[in-house]
Amino acid sequence: MTLKKDVLDPQGKVVGQTLKNMGYENIINVRQGKYFDIEIDETDKEKAKKIAEEICKKLLTNIVIEDYSISLK
Amino acid sequence: MKSSVIIFPGSNCDRDVAVALEKFQIKNEMVWHNESNLPKSDLVILPGGFSYGDYLRTGCIASKSKIIKDVLKHANKGGLVLGICNGFQILIETGLLPGVLLRNEKLRFLSKNIYLKVVNINNKFCVNYNKKNVIKLPIAHNEGNYFANDDLLKKLEDKNLITFKYCSEKGDINKTYNPNGSSNNIAGILNDQKNILGMMPHPERVIDPILSGEDGSIIFESLRKSH
Repeated sequence: MTLKKDVLDPQGKVVGQTLKNMGYENIINVRQGKYFDIEIDETDKEKAKKIAEEICKKLLTNIVIEDYSISLK
Repeated sequence: MKSSVIIFPGSNCDRDVAVALEKFQIKNEMVWHNESNLPKSDLVILPGGFSYGDYLRTGCIASKSKIIKDVLKHANKGGLVLGICNGFQILIETGLLPGVLLRNEKLRFLSKNIYLKVVNINNKFCVNYNKKNVIKLPIAHNEGNYFANDDLLKKLEDKNLITFKYCSEKGDINKTYNPNGSSNNIAGILNDQKNILGMMPHPERVIDPILSGEDGSIIFESLRKSH
């Protein structure tokens, strides 16, 4: 999950600027976020994804300012 | 003796250090992190604070500052470097000192006085602790839990590179007196050549008997004497 595109991410900005100072001039933008590794006891992928989505909305993100994306393994 | 105190955005102990240096007749210059040249100095101090708001990891962004290139040159030539609190974290991020500083074991910011045992006085920072080896200094940090793997810990112990360990008022070193969970109660370490010291407690806050005591003065006296 990351902050939404139009929400200022000062930490990401500082990291991006530091990378530029280090010589990585082609860096365009950096957004900093969080990553959760969640194990779910569910064989049906669709159901598992639904649960993960629910978790994101109910607990992990503040949907007013944050975006999330889910990948299944 | 000449010193430079580096100021990063978010440093907040820089002026305290400057007062301490002045008190012990060490000629000091304040240096902004964005300068590219370090003034001629025998000692460089990285002060405490919250450089760059502790973004990414504590000390990480500061370790990529312009002035750090010159600090590295100074350190590699054998010049003295002292990192206090956030300065210690910066030294770790630059790779000048080994190991890592994790968040405090109980995930709380700690701000209190603790006792330290000076376990090694054979270096330029601690020579004057020969008469007093249990001292009281304040800590004020959220990431002071020093972690090193077994190999590194063994090396630090065998080569006498640990200067300070958290202890009781009487000098007992054990878990009860470890405020933040750091490996072997470590509060301060040296590099192999013993010209770089990183420590979590704040000696610069204990240099005046009227305000706090003089346990921190001894470091500055040692430094002046070493020159």
